[in-house]
Amino acid sequence: MIIQLLNGMQLAMLLFLLSVGLSVVFGLMRFVNLAHGTLFMLGAFVGLSTAEATGSFWLALVAGTLASAVVGGLLYLGLLRRLQAESPLKQVLVTFGLIFIGLEAARMIWGDYAARLPGPAMLAGSSEVFGVVYPTYRLFVIAVGLVVAAVLYFGLERTRIGAIVRAGVDDRTMTAALGIDIGRVFFAVFVLGCGLAGLAGVVAGPVLSVYAGMDMGVLILALVVVVIGGPGSLKGAFVGAVLVGMVETFGQVWLPEVAGMLLYGLMAAVLALRPQGLLPAGPRP
Amino acid sequence: MKRFQAAALAATLLAVAAPASAQAPIRIGLVLPYSAGPFVAIANEITDSMALALEETGYMVAGRKIELVREDTAHKPDVAQAKAKKLVFEDKVDMLVGPVASAELTALFDFAHQAKVPLVIPNAGDNEVTGEKCSPWVLRTSFSNDQIVRDMGRWMAAKGFKKVALLAFDYKAGHQLMGGFKKPFVEAGGTIVTEQYPPFGRLSDFGPWLGRIRDAKPDAIFSFFAGPPATLLVQQFQEFGLDREMKLTGAGWLVSPLNLPSQGKAAAGVIGALNYVPAIDNPVNKSYQERFQAKFKRVGSEFGAQGYDTAKLIHAALAQAGGKTDDKAGLVKAMHAVKIEGTRGPLRIDPKTNNVVQDIYVFETEMQGDAVGYKVLDRIRDVQDPPNGCTLGG
Repeated sequence: MIIQLLNGMQLAMLLFLLSVGLSVVFGLMRFVNLAHGTLFMLGAFVGLSTAEATGSFWLALVAGTLASAVVGGLLYLGLLRRLQAESPLKQVLVTFGLIFIGLEAARMIWGDYAARLPGPAMLAGSSEVFGVVYPTYRLFVIAVGLVVAAVLYFGLERTRIGAIVRAGVDDRTMTAALGIDIGRVFFAVFVLGCGLAGLAGVVAGPVLSVYAGMDMGVLILALVVVVIGGPGSLKGAFVGAVLVGMVETFGQVWLPEVAGMLLYGLMAAVLALRPQGLLPAGPRP
Repeated sequence: MKRFQAAALAATLLAVAAPASAQAPIRIGLVLPYSAGPFVAIANEITDSMALALEETGYMVAGRKIELVREDTAHKPDVAQAKAKKLVFEDKVDMLVGPVASAELTALFDFAHQAKVPLVIPNAGDNEVTGEKCSPWVLRTSFSNDQIVRDMGRWMAAKGFKKVALLAFDYKAGHQLMGGFKKPFVEAGGTIVTEQYPPFGRLSDFGPWLGRIRDAKPDAIFSFFAGPPATLLVQQFQEFGLDREMKLTGAGWLVSPLNLPSQGKAAAGVIGALNYVPAIDNPVNKSYQERFQAKFKRVGSEFGAQGYDTAKLIHAALAQAGGKTDDKAGLVKAMHAVKIEGTRGPLRIDPKTNNVVQDIYVFETEMQGDAVGYKVLDRIRDVQDPPNGCTLGG
């Protein structure tokens, strides 16, 4: 039971790292970037290559995060910026196309085999927590998610930039009218979100296998997280990720027959009762 | 007139004495996934090992040359079938060898059955192909899923493993191998405490399933995984500390020589059942491993051994048929008639099912120096499948 709670939490933290960029970008710009999962895969692959070349997991972590941030930034400047004024359908179609381009590119560069990114030596082996043996590295995954969540929360709630981002989510026109360059703020948030997706990819590497197509499963989970939590909201992304992580972990083990439906049932229930999500962004009362 | 007779006599003598090599070569068509999919390495190892076996004969049988003609299926069933047609109708091959996995088997099976061309399966375990679906034209030199695990069920019960948890992917082969183990194990007094079937192809983390299995407190896990998921399971079994509470066992592909490099020391202490391990002590296997390792600088795996044995068995059958390949039914009869000593021990094809009759080895992995190696614990001889609905009748 404790093991499953830890497993659920570990998956939740990976999903949080992945969803938070997706969610805030959507909240700020009403922009759907389905290629977000592709950046997760890119981070994992760049991390894998870096780890193989240098033998250092920590360098892999930095390289994977940076690679996804840079590629995300270039994608935005080169392609996605033009799509902002377009209909959501166009955005979905273009970024959906990017998924397949990313998939084939990964196949061409890294081949068709699943590889495992070796974790850092200092986190190898197991630890005793709450009386159960649990892999140390997975505790690290949980810690990374919690730390990133805390830093983002502080940044959003306690800094001027955070206030601008929140204002942008609440009322874009008004924020721009106050003389704030909303486009630049958005670009910064977009790149940060992409970097976090890359970070999630590297962190996931030692737990999951790294392979072309690893993005598909997590992308769907991340979209469910955004819908359940409420787009544009950090707290929503966190709560949504924990809910999805737990339902996915407990569901597939305890109710394997209905596990697939459980998650979508949860999503449907949330959409029916609270279409704006559990903790939507917006003016606080 | 005399001159004419002399000339005729001379011509007849010439015809009789003409070197047999002037005959057309015997052609064997290989339909394997050489370029794409998860089995490229296996396809190459099967082919390389077949070539090793044929080199020993100088690529000759009964005075005729033997040629291997390769075609790439790209791991797609429709391509596999198209390539098989090309081999038979354009390249005029005398028999087909393929595929690696059951996914491509149906397409090849149907074609071979309709075209009445012998198809020899060097690695795919679907029970039905030599059971209820069997064809007089499709023979198997590798194994059936049931054959690999049936005796392991009895063996584990006899060795005092009372409570076992089953773990395999939720697809046909996973269920066949778990079912094949479960029945004899339960009949021998064992209990299955939990059965876990993670979704095929979606899984990259065993954490939740290992947690569930730990709660059931088994003496051992019996599993079926191959390739990257096998590596993941072996490592995570240790990371979760399950190695302190239970034994990891399974169909032997779990700790195949192909996986050991990526599994490292975590692979030690696993018990497996398979039709081949590199540690088998017989002259054929010793010579195979020596030649394979000299050429490729690594240990030959069960897939290579099956390829080597397949080529040896086909060669023996061609010799039995006197090198005649026009009579395809006669060729199949010759395949039934021969017995060989292979890398796995004595081998023959059972005419009742067209499946191979072979020895199954129970082995354990252990540290040998600073690398993981294999130790054979038990050998079950002449494992033969019941007909299981096959009506060839032999």
